[in-house]
Amino acid sequence: MNGLSVDHLTGIKNVTKEDIELIFKTADSFKEVINRPIKKVPSLRDITIANIFFENSTRTRLSFELAEKRLSADVVNFSASSSSVKKGETLVDTVNNILSMKVDMVVMRHPNPGAAEFLAKRVDAKIVNAGDGTHEHPTQALLDAYSIREQLGTLEGKKVAIVGDILHSRVALSNIYCLQKLGAEVMVCGPTTLIPKFISTLGVKVSHNLREALEWCDVANMLRIQLERQETKYFPSLREYAMQFGLNKEILDSLSKKIIIMHPGPINRGVEITSDVADSEQSIILQQVENGVAVRMAVIYLLAAKINRK
Amino acid sequence: MEKQVILNKRHFELTLNRLCYQLIESHNDFANTVLIGLQPRGVHLVQRLKSQLEEILNKEIVCGNLDITFYRDDFRRREKPVIPSVTNIDFVIEDKNVVLVDDVLFTGRTIRSGLDALLAFGRPKKVELLTLIDRRFRRDLPIQADYIGLSVDTLSTERVSVEWHDVEGEDKVVLFSPD
Repeated sequence: MNGLSVDHLTGIKNVTKEDIELIFKTADSFKEVINRPIKKVPSLRDITIANIFFENSTRTRLSFELAEKRLSADVVNFSASSSSVKKGETLVDTVNNILSMKVDMVVMRHPNPGAAEFLAKRVDAKIVNAGDGTHEHPTQALLDAYSIREQLGTLEGKKVAIVGDILHSRVALSNIYCLQKLGAEVMVCGPTTLIPKFISTLGVKVSHNLREALEWCDVANMLRIQLERQETKYFPSLREYAMQFGLNKEILDSLSKKIIIMHPGPINRGVEITSDVADSEQSIILQQVENGVAVRMAVIYLLAAKINRK
Repeated sequence: MEKQVILNKRHFELTLNRLCYQLIESHNDFANTVLIGLQPRGVHLVQRLKSQLEEILNKEIVCGNLDITFYRDDFRRREKPVIPSVTNIDFVIEDKNVVLVDDVLFTGRTIRSGLDALLAFGRPKKVELLTLIDRRFRRDLPIQADYIGLSVDTLSTERVSVEWHDVEGEDKVVLFSPD
């Protein structure tokens, strides 16, 4: 088998189905590794990776850092709040300065859509997009699809509903690309104001009724309301949103089949999902987090294989 | 490419038998001994040893498979990435006698990686190495086998291939030499 068709992971849109399957197959091996007594392999001991976060993150950053350390890479962390970015340095300058200290790979989160793609074209390092604004969050989509595959065996023909703030969600867009490439059907569900007008051109179903979406799907991915990205009011109040689009135990138990509940985190308990649902047997939220490390290890491992040391 | 059978079906059988009795000589009833095959080709040898040993001793022999992909030292020096196989060690190796099993011992680099990979599972009491074919005088590292099926003198440009009844249809070892 050949390696990945891409040199950087900037989005799911430009990877192939074969790439995704290769990542999953490699992640299977890493999942076994991280459940061993010694959770570490020496594959990347001559690689240095910089985690550059221009936006807040706990889960993604921790997950990437653990993945890198478990591959024995050297890791440097950088967050915008404590950096020269505040002094007016440009993105390319910042990153090139870091690279001149001999860094091989950059994991970046940035508030501007397309920042990862921009960087991939301009600097000499492998770029992994850890979220660029409202555009893509490829590793989250990969770990979501990987978790569904683990539960249901395959994505082919499965129905996945993505519920919530689709407009501001990079997780939604990456998930749509990823799930469709693997043969799943996707429905987005949320208030009219939070669903982009032309989303159906991506080939997804649209619903504004939570019950309808839940009855249709095998898996429901509940997204967080991203208040930090909403400069205007998209719905009257959080309470009203929770009444109409919040998933509670009552609705879940009244469905005709048992569906799988996912959430990319962080959870706003009581808004998009209630505590008893988040902690129920049907929820695989914590498995998603565990798989996140294995999937990110696979992505970094496969991209590192493309670094030429000759 | 010139092809030469260096171990035919009959000698293959005899060699496996001898290896089994040599193992029994040093490990008695395998009370504290496990066999671990290196992926991908060592696992076939482990399966054969296991079934023959079980027949002779009339008890279960504990076996596992070890994948060494992530421990290799030639990562990124190859054209294609190495795709991992399955590691399957569902027992504790702490304080056990471990016999690492591979089909061909050549440069010793695979075994070096295998030792690293093995130690991630704990601290064995003793580690030994069994190989069906030893390509002697071709070592890059100071590694020798404790049990050897057949020693052969080869050129580094030659290739030795162990074929299995279950996989290729016949038990034999073939030496490929360039013309």
